[in-house]
Amino acid sequence: MSTALPVDPAAHQVRRLDKHAARKRTNAIALTLALAAMSFGLFWLIWILIETVRLGLGGIALSLFTEMTPPPQAEGGLANAIVGSLLMVSLATALGTPIGILAGIYLAEYGQKTWLGSITRFINDILLSAPSIVIGLFIYAVVVARYKTFSGAAGVLALALIVIPVVIRTTENMLSLIPNALREAAYALGTPKWRVIMTVTLKAARAGVMTGILLAVARIAGETAPLLFTALSNQFFTSDLSQPMASLPVTIFKFALSPYENWQKLAWAGVFLITIGVLVLNIVARVFLRNKY
Amino acid sequence: MAATMPASSFPGSMDKSRYEPRDRPPSLRRTHPWADKLFAVLAHAAAILTLLLLFGIIVSLVIGAWPSIREYGLSFLWRSEWDPVQNRYGGLVMIYGTVMTSFIALLIAVPVSFGIALFLTELSPAWLKRPLGTAIELLAAVPSIVYGMWGLLVFSPILATYVQQPLQSAFGSLPVLGALFSGPPVGIGILSAGIILAIMVIPFIASVMRDVFEVTPPMLKESAYALGSTTWEVVSKVVLPYTKTGVVGGIMLGLGRALGETMAVTFVIGNFNQLNSLSLFQAANSITSALANEFAEAGEGLHQASLIYLGLVLFFITFVVLSCSKLLLMQLKKGEGTRS
Repeated sequence: MSTALPVDPAAHQVRRLDKHAARKRTNAIALTLALAAMSFGLFWLIWILIETVRLGLGGIALSLFTEMTPPPQAEGGLANAIVGSLLMVSLATALGTPIGILAGIYLAEYGQKTWLGSITRFINDILLSAPSIVIGLFIYAVVVARYKTFSGAAGVLALALIVIPVVIRTTENMLSLIPNALREAAYALGTPKWRVIMTVTLKAARAGVMTGILLAVARIAGETAPLLFTALSNQFFTSDLSQPMASLPVTIFKFALSPYENWQKLAWAGVFLITIGVLVLNIVARVFLRNKY
Repeated sequence: MAATMPASSFPGSMDKSRYEPRDRPPSLRRTHPWADKLFAVLAHAAAILTLLLLFGIIVSLVIGAWPSIREYGLSFLWRSEWDPVQNRYGGLVMIYGTVMTSFIALLIAVPVSFGIALFLTELSPAWLKRPLGTAIELLAAVPSIVYGMWGLLVFSPILATYVQQPLQSAFGSLPVLGALFSGPPVGIGILSAGIILAIMVIPFIASVMRDVFEVTPPMLKESAYALGSTTWEVVSKVVLPYTKTGVVGGIMLGLGRALGETMAVTFVIGNFNQLNSLSLFQAANSITSALANEFAEAGEGLHQASLIYLGLVLFFITFVVLSCSKLLLMQLKKGEGTRS
């Protein structure tokens, strides 16, 4: 029965070692590439941050917060844009948050298994990533076209529509982390459902819900597209919501594409303010959440 | 002794009336009989409002686009002419720009995101996982206008000098590559928009990939390691097959984001409404940047309706892509439930 091919044990051993070495080499290459990918990702973040600070810090001065946006080739600040942004963002948050929390409560407490719950969850996840410029078009068609004027109120509505899906998602996630035993204990004491939600589950999940709101604020603070044809922009200060209203992102957009040096400098200063604000909000939200759970 | 304890240690027990059986619940529970109903109605209404929002968007876009839909029908999608002066419109240039920039973005972002997810789940020391993951997620938090301004004023000059010009001089004379790399190497156009979009969608794809990689049962991975597999073999032959629906779902999510991104693209794509060549260096236009640039100035009528039509097309495409993404991710979750 010695018809089997004569195998030279030494050659066989060499082949095995070769194969082993090849596998190890592939592994080393793959892991090096993974490390390279990670550095690639971090590289952009660091580069963008450095440029933002380098080019933006020069424009930071007190006049930025006290003076209005200037005409070309003149001195000025971003006061009206900053106030407009703060006003619209806070109103949009105040408008969108209660609706978002209520819908999140519905998804987590009432409609976990119902068809309405599943559809809402599905649609909400799509709205969460839907192009924000389409939200702008929607508000234009519903509000601006009807009242024949761009207005701060339309901007507030557009931003609120972006807040809602973000808050729904985090509220539902956080509420479904609350153990059922907590709810059952409250029910066993005879508490009605709305009191259970308000005083037990929502209270236990409040850090998570707050995180969601902070992330929503961070999201809309930098949104430009939905404001372009709702709030438009305004060279002057206004707190009248029926007038076009300036906002930081739209002002940056206008100034950055202009050939005027002073406008570009102001745009960089605005970019610096927005980037720092948004990143701080994001980091605070994360720290907030981590300390609680 | 033990039996008498509760009675004697409970002062209220003397008051017999408290223990009389009642035929109705204590009055406190009934103070707000309407509150429970009201709260439930409010919660339902908020959920229904979200649904109505979607229908509202679709209906209002169709109404707004109606003049253009009536005029061109579906041929709008393959007409390349966009001429506000003669009032003739077609969406092909913008649709091409949107699809092409997103395609380039995915070409770069998918392998990089896979590498990042691999690094975060298999390579990174435990204490670095969290800060590195957060840093990548912060990339998604940077507002798109910042990417736009940085892209236009910082990135594109560098891209033109150090990438486009060398590519052109190296491959410019070759037949196919030469066509791709023709055109003015000024750093503005489809290629730079695609690269910036890639940076913007990397965090979305990477975090989905990381999350799905982490649901792979440790038992499976450890078995493979015990057989002598290398890390790469475990990832490519165990983790990836197990999570492939989730990985595709994550890529679709990134695609949906890339298609709808507005400001960053508007800054660097060059806003050029003609489709002369397939060059990647050529200035072009995308649906979102056409909307951002022209909509506020467009007069009512066919111009505005055509822009809304473009918006409708964009919403339809992203809706389909994001639905696929969501369905794939849900499928993975379901499979996870039955297998464990």
